[in-house]
Amino acid sequence: MSLLSVRDLFVSYPTQGGPVPAVRGVDIEIGKGEVLGLAGESGCGKSTIAGALLRLLPTGTEVTGSILLNGEDVLGMKPGRLRAVRWTETSIVFQGAMHALNPVQRVGEQIEEAILIHQQAGQREARVRVGGLLEQVGLPPRRIRDYPHELSGGQKQRVMIAMALACNPSLVVADEPTTALDVMVQAQVLQLLNELQRDLGLAMLFITHDLSVLIEVCDRLAIMYAGRIVEEGPARSVFYESAHPYTRALAAAFPAIGEGRFRKAPSGLPGDPPYPQDLPTGCTFHPRCPLAFEACPHIDPGLFDVSPGWRAACLLVDSAKPVLEGAPTHGHGQ
Amino acid sequence: MSERTLPADQAMEPEGAPPLLEVRDLTVTFAGRVGLGAGLVGRKATVSRAVDGVSLQLRQGEVLALAGESGCGKTTTARAIMGLEPPREGQILFQGKPISKRLRAYRRKVQMIFQDPTGALNPRQTIYESVAEGLRIHRIHRGPNGETEQELVARALSRAGMRPPERFFLNYPHELSGGQRQRVVIAGALVLDPVMLVADEPVSNLDASVRGEILRLLLQLRDDLGLAILVVTHDLGLAWTIADRVAVMYLGRIVEIGPAEDVLTKPLHPYTEALLNVVPEAGGLDRPILTGEPPDPTRIPPGCRFHPRCPEVASGAARAAGVEERCLGEDLGLLELRPEHFAACHLAAVAVGKGQAVTMAEPQA
Repeated sequence: MSLLSVRDLFVSYPTQGGPVPAVRGVDIEIGKGEVLGLAGESGCGKSTIAGALLRLLPTGTEVTGSILLNGEDVLGMKPGRLRAVRWTETSIVFQGAMHALNPVQRVGEQIEEAILIHQQAGQREARVRVGGLLEQVGLPPRRIRDYPHELSGGQKQRVMIAMALACNPSLVVADEPTTALDVMVQAQVLQLLNELQRDLGLAMLFITHDLSVLIEVCDRLAIMYAGRIVEEGPARSVFYESAHPYTRALAAAFPAIGEGRFRKAPSGLPGDPPYPQDLPTGCTFHPRCPLAFEACPHIDPGLFDVSPGWRAACLLVDSAKPVLEGAPTHGHGQ
Repeated sequence: MSERTLPADQAMEPEGAPPLLEVRDLTVTFAGRVGLGAGLVGRKATVSRAVDGVSLQLRQGEVLALAGESGCGKTTTARAIMGLEPPREGQILFQGKPISKRLRAYRRKVQMIFQDPTGALNPRQTIYESVAEGLRIHRIHRGPNGETEQELVARALSRAGMRPPERFFLNYPHELSGGQRQRVVIAGALVLDPVMLVADEPVSNLDASVRGEILRLLLQLRDDLGLAILVVTHDLGLAWTIADRVAVMYLGRIVEIGPAEDVLTKPLHPYTEALLNVVPEAGGLDRPILTGEPPDPTRIPPGCRFHPRCPEVASGAARAAGVEERCLGEDLGLLELRPEHFAACHLAAVAVGKGQAVTMAEPQA
């Protein structure tokens, strides 16, 4: 059984102009100790998925489908159970480490708070654990008494990571954990996350717009466009041999230095991602797709197998391979 | 810095013509942070040397990327070039003349593009008004060939890829996408017929798939209009896709500058190498990553300012080459270690066999 199993997830936000679909039928499977990268541009729905996993979305948001965490239905959980699951089974590292910490509380106390609330640990025990956590994320234990403003951006993100690990979760959702950080610090934090993941056998859902970050840390990669996963498979295959034209364009936005084909040749896609309330017909990517043909505006492609464990939602993939009628769009092996 | 350590660009220029932009020994300082009690006990405020002796040249039609971590002084250098920060020392020459002399005319010829197009546009102004604002500030009512304001605005929008331009005249920024807004900002710069653009992280706020289009536009403007472009970026991949030359800054100084191919594929300075090591790539996390963060510019380390973090010093490579003492004690300027390729590194100088010959005392000291 996989640790996290999301089936047919739909999320729509209420607005004055009617509900806006942000996530339109997404399946995600994450096994124990597995790292899945979820990439896409702003507005593609990736952060909405993170919010839906722990039911952190604003009230009034419509969420349908199923989210099973260790076999337990998250969407049906009572508030008390939900509160217990947050942090102890699944925790989140948010993007804005600068803003996620309480500025008037010492960082040690903030980590301690999570432990005291969720585990029957005494003050003394919790404090010892905080010291251990800080060491684990590469901060000197004396930082326990610092306020957030005394720390650099990278150090604050390390505190956030320590907090996420405080209650020994089995799944960590990292939503753009390195986006606000400098290149060098970003690499340090990625390295840390990678080590922790390996040492603790954590499962991770790693969400970012930066595809190049994901190939370093992920086993598998899922690419989202307009509320759906358009390609999903082994990280390197998806990045280097992308089956979907959108993935290819996204990957080209992260050029390999030294490679002649990128030199003085920036490549991008014309147009902009569509508005969720005004999606193109057929394949939602067709207006920007360099390979679109007559059928694309009319047929909404499901995920087709590129090879076992690697799927893409593109009619070109379909025509290149035998059509798998009624093939399940989820449940691939771990 | 003396003449012989400056990039010898003159050979590339037409006979006798000065480079379009020349920055000489630029230093910009800020009053450092003072502790709450410091004033009471009469301690002096520390001075933060954000830019500490930067020299560079930009030729017409050239794209120069100024790269480095945040806090390295790259944005301050760009702002000083725009005349937005007063230099404490040094000179900024445009077409051979100091920019401070005719700042207003200079600002017409040199336009800046900021990182965040949403912040750069007035949300209550139409696109037309935003683009025309520069013309009005500079009291330009007619173009060089008698064009009306409307024609000038339309041409600028069209050059920036907003076609047909008339369609966007009455739009407000919130009605446009991020990429379109950045195009409007670029149109606002183009409307004044500049000869040089200073772009500070022009695409880092944009979606990945849109970035390439904006970069392509910048390259096209260089080709069509012969613009010189100074791009400030933390992204060496971006430098690879658009820059002719790359300058890498560390703690207020350029530590390496040269043709993009050389700097990015055959770096001479260990810091450049460290920056290249963290460009994400599969398996890249196994490469060495610099620890710590750049020191505070109020306390610049003696000797080579990079030595406390330098992997070559830490690994003993500098000692083995017999330069460790110099790394720790002798500040150095840029040395031309390969044709047109300069680096400020004692070890690299020895490695290319120019150790003794070109080493010189730091002029600022």
